Amino acid sequence: MTPRRLAELLPPLAFGLAVLAIWEAGVRLLNVPAVILPPPSAIATRFATSLPTLAADFRQTIQGVLAGYIIGSLAGFVVAVLIDRSEFLQRGLMPIGNLVSALPIVGVAPIMVMWFGFDWQSKAAVVVVMTFFPMLVNTVAGLSGAGSMERDLMKTYGADYWQTLLALRLPVAMPFIFNALKINTTLAMIGAIVAEFFGTPIVGMGFRISTEVGRLQIDMVWATVVVAAVTGSLFYALVAGIERRVTFWHASYRAKEA
Amino acid sequence: MKSALPLATVVLAILAVWYLAAALMNAPLQRDLFSNAGRTDYSTQDLVGASLNMERPKLPAPHQVAGELYKLIFATSPTSKRSLVYHGLITLEETLIGFIIGSALGIGLAVLIVSMRWLDRSMMPWIVASQTVPIIALAPMIVVILNQFNVTGIAPKAVIAAYLCFFPVTVGMVKGFRSPDPLQLDLMRTYSATRAQTFLKLRAPASAPFFFASMKIGAAAALVGAVVAEVTKSEDGGLGARLLAGSYYGQTVQIWAALFAAAALSAALVGLIGVAGRIAQKRMAFVP
Repeated sequence: MTPRRLAELLPPLAFGLAVLAIWEAGVRLLNVPAVILPPPSAIATRFATSLPTLAADFRQTIQGVLAGYIIGSLAGFVVAVLIDRSEFLQRGLMPIGNLVSALPIVGVAPIMVMWFGFDWQSKAAVVVVMTFFPMLVNTVAGLSGAGSMERDLMKTYGADYWQTLLALRLPVAMPFIFNALKINTTLAMIGAIVAEFFGTPIVGMGFRISTEVGRLQIDMVWATVVVAAVTGSLFYALVAGIERRVTFWHASYRAKEA
Repeated sequence: MKSALPLATVVLAILAVWYLAAALMNAPLQRDLFSNAGRTDYSTQDLVGASLNMERPKLPAPHQVAGELYKLIFATSPTSKRSLVYHGLITLEETLIGFIIGSALGIGLAVLIVSMRWLDRSMMPWIVASQTVPIIALAPMIVVILNQFNVTGIAPKAVIAAYLCFFPVTVGMVKGFRSPDPLQLDLMRTYSATRAQTFLKLRAPASAPFFFASMKIGAAAALVGAVVAEVTKSEDGGLGARLLAGSYYGQTVQIWAALFAAAALSAALVGLIGVAGRIAQKRMAFVP
């Protein structure tokens, strides 16, 4: 790590530590009851003592997140490539795709729980519905991203549709596709956790949050929120890391190297 | 209106697929119902017809959802607890209060971040990181904590709506205030404009497109927050409470009706902001 990078990291780290310190001191000095806001130290203790429960919840929820994320993103991508050749279908589907992205899709959770049962399959189904449309909309936008100069060049090479798609248009679409993949990491976590509010077997992060809130074990809720936050950030960071390797040629990365 | 025909075609195709799926998913249930009633002499046509009009179908047919929506919106008194207007207004009120508070706070923080360097360097990474975290997981806890302070009714839901709306608005507005390019900023400097003048005359107007985009995302997020909050504390009503009640009692038609009502509310809010944005940006000469 270069000194410059370290200097960039220092202010946010200091800010985070300051918030934690004020939180801890405030809760202790003002005698805030633990049912309202437990101090960070209590949350850390609870975290350390409940590792097996937290790990079981994590395993349960991550299954739904990953299965739904992969199926939903893949389906969105495939449909986008399929409708790419038909302007008619694009004109019909794009307004709907844009509309759906503004809708409260998490509401399908009770329906999916009814259809696919309490286990992780129903959570995966919610995630599929939530992640499909962002991928569809972004991939279609990305596929139209290649300039007419480049397309003409492919034509002079005598490239057919699939060659143009693979060699020119998909690479150009990559930043858009990764944008959707990044949006979808958060949507997948939200979908899986909220779907668990509607019924699960007695394990899972959403289940843990809603039951421990009912039992007023707020420190356990915070411990689960910590797991969810760390999982979400790591998932995002993983996708962003892959993006950096795949689209290393993109202007936003080249500028930083120079 | 070049997309009217394709759009109509796609909508019709979705309806057709929906009917087909409803018939296929409900038929096994309906067959059981028939055999329980001792009927064996039904034709395929009877089976399909009955599958599309079940009381508790696995997937209600579009006309059932439309009928339920009509019944609960127009044919029920708006003061009745069964009326979707009653619950929709609760959700709308929470969403709007949360949206106004959340976006005001978001814009305020964005102004601070753009004008104070230390805030930008220490806080902005956290705000950006908050976008990658499922912050909605905190919703049930906020409801309970506020309950301890005797804050009940619509207030806790509005708080959650505000808090979900807050982060995307902050991120969007910081981008918007930073959108003027260095040339324009240099020009302001040659005019020896003060920081406040630069902000009011250049940064604020330049952020208009980002403002409306942020408002759209914020409104949609606020509605999701309100609905999820209603699920966790459902005794005060609202569309989320209808979703939960429907899922408890297996009233699938009711779930779908509540879902469509929530979708219509969200689409209306986002659509209104879009229209306001287009008018404003036309007046400001952003778009021809």
